[in-house]
Amino acid sequence: MIDVIVTIALWLIVVALGFLVVRRSKPLFRESGKSGVSEFLHLLPRIAIGVLGSGFIAAALPPDFVGQWLGSSSGIIGIVLAIVAGAATPGGPVVGFAISAAALKGGAGAPQVIAYSTAWALYAFPRLLSYELPIMPARVVWLRVLASLPLPFIAAAAAMLLSKP
Amino acid sequence: MGSQTSQPLRRKRRAIDWPTAILIVIVGSAASYVYWRDGPAKFLDVVWNDTDLFISMLPKVLAGCLTAAFLAILLPRETINRWVGADSGFKGILVSTFAGVILPGGPFTIFPIAAAFVGMGADIAAAVTLITSWTLIGLNRVVTWEMPFLGFDFVAWRWVVALPLPILAGLFVRAIEKRLKTKASAS
Repeated sequence: MIDVIVTIALWLIVVALGFLVVRRSKPLFRESGKSGVSEFLHLLPRIAIGVLGSGFIAAALPPDFVGQWLGSSSGIIGIVLAIVAGAATPGGPVVGFAISAAALKGGAGAPQVIAYSTAWALYAFPRLLSYELPIMPARVVWLRVLASLPLPFIAAAAAMLLSKP
Repeated sequence: MGSQTSQPLRRKRRAIDWPTAILIVIVGSAASYVYWRDGPAKFLDVVWNDTDLFISMLPKVLAGCLTAAFLAILLPRETINRWVGADSGFKGILVSTFAGVILPGGPFTIFPIAAAFVGMGADIAAAVTLITSWTLIGLNRVVTWEMPFLGFDFVAWRWVVALPLPILAGLFVRAIEKRLKTKASAS
């Protein structure tokens, strides 16, 4: 249900923005619409691999291993392990969330999962190399990485304080 | 193609980039392992579940791509300068945080947009805040990708926990830049 509402809301935004672009110029609308669709087609196989893969990764992860190393009693060591694992995970659209979900099902503690997904979202090293460095000025990238270093630890600490509902 | 309008979306395109290749290897190994350990029935079970998820994602992803393409055209340069320019102070950081929350698209769109912001006069702290906000608390990403996997409750809680982080990242960048500047002027 919430899924349907969200989808409708997203498409209302598309229609509203599309209307604004059409009003400015029709060729511009056609051109940008085309670039949006080609972006979508470019993403499509990656999403398919990511989604299919997530199920298999979740099914393959040994639950006792996850529970032992990332369980709620694993404390700081579990959090550091989770952060390293997050940074090393490739930055595809779903991999990090899929592994988070698998880890939660396998018995990982919530702060550890937060540390993992935060580190993945911020660093995802392969993404850094393949998208960010070619597109952004190098100075911005390194400042961003430097400023991001403490964030997964802060997130995990906040998660411990604000214990999960 | 008008060079000015298509510029923010320009990027290198390859059919297979190496994160995708790594992903294919990981997925292939996981799939073979599951097939070997649990047999074909469990294997197909995973495939059908994921196909459902995949189909339910498609309309949202297409919507996200179109929104990003339209926004790249609609966002005026002066507005960016006024809201997140070099003199925007703490307000600039708050505005960037909010922009990151509502901006749709993937890394394909957010990095070009952030780069364009910097090119149009936004300061680095604002750009870093934008990326951090989008990547940690961006609604499009949370709703399209994270909720299908982790459920509403967990994701809502994580979102609240991560809420202050983009602001912190922006302030850290400002502090680092200040130190670099005083060092440079001292030497």
